[in-house]
Amino acid sequence: MKSAVIVFPGSNCDRDVAVTLEAVTGKKTAMVWHGETSVPSVDLIVLPGGFSYGDYLRSGAMAAHSPILRAVSAEAKRGVAILGICNGFQILTEAGLLPGALMRNASLHYICRDVGLKVERTDTPFTNAYAPGEQVTMPIAHKDGAYFADEETLDRIENEGQVVLRYSATAETGNRGNPNGSRRDIAGVVDRTHRIMGLMPHPERAADAALGGTDGRRLFESLTRGLN
Amino acid sequence: MNVEARAMKARITVTLKNGVLDPQGRAIANALHSLGFDNVEDVRQGKLIEVQLKAMDEASARDEIDAMCRQLLANPIIENYRVELL
Repeated sequence: MKSAVIVFPGSNCDRDVAVTLEAVTGKKTAMVWHGETSVPSVDLIVLPGGFSYGDYLRSGAMAAHSPILRAVSAEAKRGVAILGICNGFQILTEAGLLPGALMRNASLHYICRDVGLKVERTDTPFTNAYAPGEQVTMPIAHKDGAYFADEETLDRIENEGQVVLRYSATAETGNRGNPNGSRRDIAGVVDRTHRIMGLMPHPERAADAALGGTDGRRLFESLTRGLN
Repeated sequence: MNVEARAMKARITVTLKNGVLDPQGRAIANALHSLGFDNVEDVRQGKLIEVQLKAMDEASARDEIDAMCRQLLANPIIENYRVELL
């Protein structure tokens, strides 16, 4: 599996994602600067976490209209898998590639801690290495992570099986559930084609046993199986 | 007849749609209550954006500002906007 990571001014998880991808795939990851107008031919494009363009206007709004996003959208239409993590998820919703929006956390606080998650679907290229209904732990680190969509949209994406990850109280994470006020505890969604995924938790920060667990690593392992 | 584009200013007010949780507005309401403003029932916070632009007339300015709001300045999933030409 060949992959590329898009680097925006203000991205700060781009290298962590590249390290994880290289550990899982054994292949070098292409780092693509936001000012570029094309993406090399790859199987997976990752929009990493961070604070692209300083989160001006709304988190992800500026990046969603940057030149590289036009190229990313074109690649998505060709069937290339797209993964947006944290700020990357915000960018994908702002670009209209995923439903909903990410709003200020209900507590107004920036929250940085491990959360419990339930894997709702394992028949996507992003989650096939998990067991159905499995509870996993990954860290979150965000201030604008409350998932919002109107009731009609929420019903539609639930019915179409687009909700892939939900916040879930687990003993490992202190039995605290939804950390940020997300509607229906939604932490990660896919588009209708199941080729585009966005999630607020950071799987790349849970991809090494020495650095906070390996539950996130399996998301990248899923992709190596799902996309080959 | 003057056909030159002229400078205009638009004031755009972006607000959260009804039914969208506004935790900042709620925090402001709580702060007002703690200052003794007991009559405050609700607070909603929004954004004010001023754009200076050149346009042939008000109608074309409004069309252009409307397109800017739809494409970037407001997120139609969560926000409404109102445009005033000054």
